[in-house]
Amino acid sequence: MIKNTKKTPKNIILSLENVFISYGAFEAVRNVFCNFKKGDITSLIGPSGCGKSTVLRALNRMNDLIPNCSLKGTVMFNGTNIYDTRVDPVEVRRRIGMVFQQPNPFPKSIYENIAFGARINGFTGDMDYLVESSLKKAALWDECKDKLNDSGYSLSGGQQQRLCIARTIAIEPEIILMDEPCSALDPISTLKIEETMHELKKNYTIIIVTHNMQQALRVSDMTAFFNAIEHKEGDGGKVGYLAEFNSTKKIFNSPKEKTTQEYISGKFG
Amino acid sequence: MNSLYYQKRLSRNVGDKFFTYLSVFCALISILPLIFLVTYILIKGGAQINADLFILEPNPPGDDLDAGGINPALIGTLVITTIASIIAIPVGVGGGIYLAEYSKGGPFSRFIRFGVNVLAGVPSIIAGVFIYALIVSTKIIFGSMYSGFAGGIALSILMLPTVIKTTDEGLKLVPNELRYASLGIGASMYTTILKITLPSAFRSIATGVLLGIARAAGETAPLIFTALFSYYYITGFGDLFYEMGSLAVLIYNFALEPYDAQNKLAWAASFILVMSILSVNIFSRILAAFTEKTKRI
Repeated sequence: MIKNTKKTPKNIILSLENVFISYGAFEAVRNVFCNFKKGDITSLIGPSGCGKSTVLRALNRMNDLIPNCSLKGTVMFNGTNIYDTRVDPVEVRRRIGMVFQQPNPFPKSIYENIAFGARINGFTGDMDYLVESSLKKAALWDECKDKLNDSGYSLSGGQQQRLCIARTIAIEPEIILMDEPCSALDPISTLKIEETMHELKKNYTIIIVTHNMQQALRVSDMTAFFNAIEHKEGDGGKVGYLAEFNSTKKIFNSPKEKTTQEYISGKFG
Repeated sequence: MNSLYYQKRLSRNVGDKFFTYLSVFCALISILPLIFLVTYILIKGGAQINADLFILEPNPPGDDLDAGGINPALIGTLVITTIASIIAIPVGVGGGIYLAEYSKGGPFSRFIRFGVNVLAGVPSIIAGVFIYALIVSTKIIFGSMYSGFAGGIALSILMLPTVIKTTDEGLKLVPNELRYASLGIGASMYTTILKITLPSAFRSIATGVLLGIARAAGETAPLIFTALFSYYYITGFGDLFYEMGSLAVLIYNFALEPYDAQNKLAWAASFILVMSILSVNIFSRILAAFTEKTKRI
């Protein structure tokens, strides 16, 4: 166990301190300070190219998989900087699970999709019970309890996405990251995923990137608005930054920044 | 104002027709050698097929003698190709995994990719001479010189590039989302590769391996320098370390004999070799087609 190097307030589970992320020489996000509260749903919103997905992937070191991607600053998770050289990214991803934009079930049965993650994480308990409870938490149990041995691909897109959520829940993470989980889904499936998120909130901290402002308004307690500005050097590229971070109510009703006001009222984006 | 109807005489339409027919003609010519070759061998070789062929040893050349069979060469080809596969498949699949999964496109992996391409273009006789110099002439393996074992090693050099390339390409076809899914729930790279990516790419890798085997099984030049030839049955494990017959070298040797009986044996061996290579190729096509069908919906 790595010693706590810094104190963070007790209910803050994840905290970004002066984070800069760049792809090679290109700076994607700069200067992010942000605290995520335990048990909250926080949504990251902003125009395309503002780096919200980049920030999200930085939270469980998925950016490691992208060549040339580097991060400066600290990401404190329960008092440990997850970018410390002694940290094992595999362990980080076990504690901070992720659901992706495109539903991506494994080419295995529904049962195996859930059991796989649990098994590699050393789960030795009652697998049937775990599969059932995970599917129930993801509100998928009733739809697939009779066909657990069918391929994960036999489900509809929305069901596949809930299977992916169930798969993530099965490894009992502390935080679930969701990268535009509903952008590939129809409105009804979207609604079901949102209901699922409300259920999950009781046990997990959720951070979600969304393009849909109504969704942010519906599901989240806190909202972070990211924006992009031209580089000072004037090379035409844009760099993302955290423009405003507040409770969802305040962001949508009385934003402090002018750009936030303009973005949520649909003037750009 | 020109009419909207198609006009045959228009120079662009004439040119278009001409090039269409020209390309069809070239396509037909390019398939002709295969058709002629296969038919010729089917006719010439197919007539020589009988049960004795698969059972007997070939008799020493002579004009009054029956030629015998090609059992040792048949078994020899199987044994040598198996040895080649045992060496080339693990090394090739391992190398392909490195290239597709672990390497980040740095100078080392570019060097390996380049090297693999060069190796794929190395004439097979060079592979034979290389193993001759390395193993046969030095008697490094239990003092044996020409051996089926050395032949297998020579063929493995020829199989290796195909296996590495198809593994590399097969793994690259696996969508990244699948890797992220696995890594995102805390699987290590090793688990992800063994449990998720390799099984997804299994069929395309198997196709490549089969094509590699088909190529190796028909090679003659490397075997002349390494396995040489033998008239006698393969009876036990120890025979691995002595000269070993193979279909390809049998064809090479017997086709040059002045005696009709041996020539016929060479035709029969050609028939069997071509048929087995053809069937391995067709099987790999079926496997590949099957993969297409079972891809994610």
